[in-house]
Amino acid sequence: MKIDFEHKMSAHCENGVIMNLLRHHGINLTEAMVFGIGSGIYFSHIPIIKLNGLPLTSFRPWPGAVFKRATKALGIEIEVKKFRDQTKAMQALDDNLKKEIPTGMVVGVFYLDYFPDAYRFHFNAHNIIATGKENGKYLISDPVMENMETLSYDSLKKVRFAQGMQAPKGKMYYIKSLPEKIDLENAIIKGMKRTIREMVVLPGPVIGARGIKYLSKKVRKYPKKYSPAVASKHLGQVVRMQEEIGTGGAGFRFLFAAFLQEAADVIKVPELNDLSQKMTNVGDMWREFAVNAGRIIKKRNEIETYDNISDLLLNISDKEKEVYIELKDIVNNYSK
Amino acid sequence: MKKNQVPQDDANLLQGKSRDLQYAIGEDGKYTTVKSVGWEPKNVVLQQTWQDINDDLQKIKELVKDEKYSPLYYHMKKHLLNKRMLAKYAGVSVFKVWFHIKPKGFSKLSNKDKEKYKKALNIPQEKDLSDIDS
Repeated sequence: MKIDFEHKMSAHCENGVIMNLLRHHGINLTEAMVFGIGSGIYFSHIPIIKLNGLPLTSFRPWPGAVFKRATKALGIEIEVKKFRDQTKAMQALDDNLKKEIPTGMVVGVFYLDYFPDAYRFHFNAHNIIATGKENGKYLISDPVMENMETLSYDSLKKVRFAQGMQAPKGKMYYIKSLPEKIDLENAIIKGMKRTIREMVVLPGPVIGARGIKYLSKKVRKYPKKYSPAVASKHLGQVVRMQEEIGTGGAGFRFLFAAFLQEAADVIKVPELNDLSQKMTNVGDMWREFAVNAGRIIKKRNEIETYDNISDLLLNISDKEKEVYIELKDIVNNYSK
Repeated sequence: MKKNQVPQDDANLLQGKSRDLQYAIGEDGKYTTVKSVGWEPKNVVLQQTWQDINDDLQKIKELVKDEKYSPLYYHMKKHLLNKRMLAKYAGVSVFKVWFHIKPKGFSKLSNKDKEKYKKALNIPQEKDLSDIDS
């Protein structure tokens, strides 16, 4: 059987599954809107947490956060199921598909057949939607792929029960009920408030705008602390997290700018357009950082130094902070 | 980033299987999406990662040839797995994996466990587990 389902590509998988599931139920929200409501913009640099043996830099909140926050803010009830038994997990999916319920799943990407090889790591928090089963193959709407994909029973079972960090344990979810009316204004303000809190209010040096400053300090020390090869690995990790597949560019900064632009019309605050412009500038600076870092890694020239990109990060931190502070004023003065 | 500035630097990392969705500003000043085949700095860091992994694998290959480790160790590393993950995927105990990644343990590998490892590592059953060159 095949559910009548429109696959729309998105930059980020979590935004994408929410957007596509909602569209299936006749609620048309853009990816940027879902992202903003779910407070998807973020920054943290936590050296004591390692990913592939290198300090963890993150441009997004923990996996699943955007999903949880966005659906909650919109008043959508989600049914979530986890399984111990692999056969039962597949049976539950089949039952759902028979009832024509498009079903979201959390999967690992390493054994995801259709994924480009270079992107296949043991990342276990990818989201896809099954929209049917034909000739023993599952029809898959993967938000970061251009077209619909298919997976065999065995392949799907394997990725649903991927092993390692954050093993998904066959997790699947679907929309249980929708509110009568979606209060978009309220959801937008809620999302903005949480973003402001995370990026400028929460204490500590490693999260938000202050976290970018902290990274700048660390980057300056790389050439003194490590050999050139190891220093460039550290730098490479930051750029990789920033420009990973599905960030929409510049570590989600452009996606957030798109959200601000859209929100300006919805809640009728034209000032948000200026703020969107400022955020775009910040995104362009992040891109400049990636270009310069790339040059250092490839040893293209001697002009780019760790000092230079450290200064750039410091500048980014200040400029981003300004955006959130201005956003705070707007949100505080907002009344319907 | 303006719409016409979205980079299209193809390093064949997406293998033509898909493109990356980028957000950029269109002529009317509104945000829009553009599909991209890649971007130089992004390609560089991704290639850097795989270069490191492949360098490591070459070293491991030598270790296997010198009989410091078994071919299973090479397969495990090639799939970016650790002992615990391989054990879980194959449905055997971690102790068994620990034993089988050594040449001595590998020579005592039962057919049943061989089957399990091949299935976990997506190696066709007719292929030999000690083949690490293809």
